[in-house]
Amino acid sequence: MLKITDLHAEVDGKPILKGLNLEVGSGEVHAIMGPNGSGKSTLCQVLAGRDGYQVTSGSVSFEGQDLLAMAPEIRAREGLLLAFQYPVEIPGVKNVYLLKAAYNAQREHRGEPEVDAFEFLQLLRERTRIMKMDESFLHRGVNEGFSGGEKKRNEILQMLVLEPKLALLDETDSGLDIDALKVVSEGVNTLRGEDRSVVLVTHYQRLLDHIVPDFVHVLSDGRIIKSGDKSLALELEANGYQNVVEAA
Amino acid sequence: MSEADYLEAFRSEQGSLGAQLPDWVMALRLSALGRFERAGFPDPRHEEWRYTNIRPIVKKAFKPAGDALAPLEVGVLDQHRLGVDSAVELVFVNGRLHAGLSQMQGLPDGAVVEDLGTALRSRGETLQPLLGQIADDRDSSFVALSTAFLRDGVFIGLAPGCVLERPIKLLFVSTREAQPVVFHPRILFHGGANSQATVIEHYAGMEGSASFTNTVTEAALEAGARLEHYKIQRESTQAYHIGSLHVRQMRDSSLRSHNVNLGGRLVRNDLNIGLMEPGAEVLLNGLFMAGGRQHVDNHTRVHHAAPHTQSTEEYRGIIDDHARGVFKGRVLVDRGAQRIEAHQTSANLVLSDGAEVDTKPELEIYADDVVCSHGATVGQLDEQSLFYLRSRGLDDKTARGLLTFAFAGEVISRIGEQSIRDRLEEVIVGRLPDHQRLKELV
Ligand SMILES: Nc1ncnc2c1ncn2[C@@H]1O[C@H](COP(=O)(O)OP(=O)(O)O)[C@@H](O)[C@H]1O
Ligand SMILES: [Mg+2]
Repeated sequence: MLKITDLHAEVDGKPILKGLNLEVGSGEVHAIMGPNGSGKSTLCQVLAGRDGYQVTSGSVSFEGQDLLAMAPEIRAREGLLLAFQYPVEIPGVKNVYLLKAAYNAQREHRGEPEVDAFEFLQLLRERTRIMKMDESFLHRGVNEGFSGGEKKRNEILQMLVLEPKLALLDETDSGLDIDALKVVSEGVNTLRGEDRSVVLVTHYQRLLDHIVPDFVHVLSDGRIIKSGDKSLALELEANGYQNVVEAA
Repeated sequence: MSEADYLEAFRSEQGSLGAQLPDWVMALRLSALGRFERAGFPDPRHEEWRYTNIRPIVKKAFKPAGDALAPLEVGVLDQHRLGVDSAVELVFVNGRLHAGLSQMQGLPDGAVVEDLGTALRSRGETLQPLLGQIADDRDSSFVALSTAFLRDGVFIGLAPGCVLERPIKLLFVSTREAQPVVFHPRILFHGGANSQATVIEHYAGMEGSASFTNTVTEAALEAGARLEHYKIQRESTQAYHIGSLHVRQMRDSSLRSHNVNLGGRLVRNDLNIGLMEPGAEVLLNGLFMAGGRQHVDNHTRVHHAAPHTQSTEEYRGIIDDHARGVFKGRVLVDRGAQRIEAHQTSANLVLSDGAEVDTKPELEIYADDVVCSHGATVGQLDEQSLFYLRSRGLDDKTARGLLTFAFAGEVISRIGEQSIRDRLEEVIVGRLPDHQRLKELV
C-alpha cells in the first residue's frame, strides 16, 4: 500500500524528517506516536502534498506509484486522504458542495459517471448518521463555527464518503470527549477492510482501545526509532517517550 | 461629449420641452445646467476622482435619448430579466419608458409608481420639495447634469403605513446602437411614515452596447419607513455608468442597500446616506466583480447627523485580469451625534497580478461617545483553504472557483429576496473559472 524509504523533508529550510522509513501493508492499522515537534504532522502534510514541505531525498510509493510526483488532488483521487490535525474553516463553501465535488472528482478519475443527485443524498444521510451528526451540518460552511470535536467528526465524515484506501489521521482524537471518541472510532472502524489501511497519529492509548493497531511506531526527531505491536503503546502510556528516545 | 456638447444638447431640448413640463421643473433644469457649466466634469486632481478618470466619457460622442424607441423584442429582454415576482415592473429602453413592455397595474391603495414626466405634471406639490433637494448637485457635476436633463424616470410614493409585499422593479436596458446613447434616468422615492417597500433598480445592456448611463436616485424615508433598495448593474463591458443614491432618513427609518456591480467598462457609484434623526439605521451591502479592463469605483458617505443612529457597511470586490477597483467609505459623525454605531469593512480579492484595487476608509468623528470600526483587506485566495479543498480531490481551478464564489457569497447572503440571490449566484458562477463544474455544485 505505502512504502516510505529514507525520507528527508524540510520546512523553511529547516530539516524535519531525517531518514524516515515506514511500510504499511493492505488492511493494516499503524499507530504513530511520538513527542511534540517530532515531525508527525510534517509527515502527514508531506504525504498529502502540501506546498512548502520540501522533500529533499527519499521516496514514497503508494500502490506501486510514485506518490511524490502526484499533485495533491491526484493523491486524494488515488485514495490517500488526510484528516487534518487542525481542519480549516471555509465559510461560504457548503459541506455538501465539497463532498459532492470531491466524490465526483474521484469517480471521474476512475472513469465512472457522475453520481445521481438523489443517490448521493441518500449516501450522505447514511454516513452523517454513522457520525451522529445532524444533517444541518451538510448545509453549513466547511467547518464554519464548528467546535473542535465537530471539526474532527467532519473530517471522518469526509472519509466515510470518499472511502480512501489509505486514511491518515493526524491526532483526530485530541480534544474529543469520550462519546465523540467512540463515534470517531466507530467511523474509522467502518472504513477498515482487507484492502484499506489506516495510519493513526495519536498520543493516547484510549483511541487504540477502540481502533486496535497492528503496529505501533515511535517517531522522534524525524525518524522512526522503534516499532512494535500494540503492547508498545501500553508501554509508552506507562513510561512516556523518554526511555524509548534515550535508548535509541 | 464635452461640456459644450451638453450645453448644446440642452438648448435644443429645452425649447421643445416647455409645453410638457411645468415651469418649476424648467427652472430647476436651467439652474442645474448653470452649475454644471460652472463646475465642468471633474478631473483627476479632484480628491473625489483621484482614482477614476472619466476622460473616456467626455471624449466619446453620445447621442441624447430620442423619442424614436429602439425596437426591442420581449424575448431579447427576457434574457436580462431577474425573474423576480414583482408588484409592478417599469422597463426603460435607452432611458425612455417603454409602456408596452412595462406592467404598472395592481398596486394597493396608497402606493404610486409613475412615469416621472407624468408625476412632474400632476404631483408638483409632492415632488418639488424633494427633487434635487436630497441629492446635492454642488457635490457632483454628474448630479447637476442629471437635473439639467430631468425628464425621464420614475416617481414612487408610499402613503403612511402603506406596505408593499412584492418588489417594485425598474429595468433599464440599453441597446447596441451605431452611435451610443446617453441617458439620465432619475428616480424619486418617497416613503411615508411606517411604509415598507422593496425597489430593484436593474441596469442591463445588450452585448456591445457602449451607452452612457448617468443615473440619480433620491429617497426620502419618513419616520419608521423601511426601504430595501437594490441596484444591480449588469451593463455590457463597453458601457459607461455613473450612478448615485441619495437617501434622507428620519426617525427609526431603515434602509438596506444592496449594490451589486458586475458589468460596465467604467463604473462609478456614489452613495450618500443622511441619518438625520435618532433611531435611523442603514446597511450598505456591496459587491463588485471586475475583469478584463473594467474599472469599478464605489464611493460611500454616511452622515450620522443625530444620536442613536447606526450604520453597517460591508463591501466586497473581486478583481481579475487588468481590472481596477476603487472603494472609498466616508463616515461623518456630527458633534451632537452621541451613542451612534458605525461599522465598515471593505474586503477585496485580487486574482491576478495585473489587477489593482485602492480602498480607503475615511472617518470624521466629532462626537465622543460612539462605537466605530473599520477594516480593509486586499488579498489573494487563502492558501490553506485552497490546499484543504485540493487534498479532498478538487482540482486547483474548481477549488479557486468555489472559494471565490464563497467570498461573494458573504454579500449575497445578506440579500433579502431569494429569487435575486439565486439569480445572482447563477450569474456569478457563470463568471468563475471552471463554471461548468461549479454550476452543478452550487
Ligand atoms: N510551517 C512550519 N514552518 C516552520 N516550522 C514548522 C512548520 N511546521 C512545523 N514546523 C516545525 O517542525 C517541527 C515538527 O512539527 P510537527 O510536524 O508539527 O510535529 P508534531 O506533529 O510531531 O508535533 C517542529 O519543530 C515545528 O516547529
Ligand atoms: Mg502534529
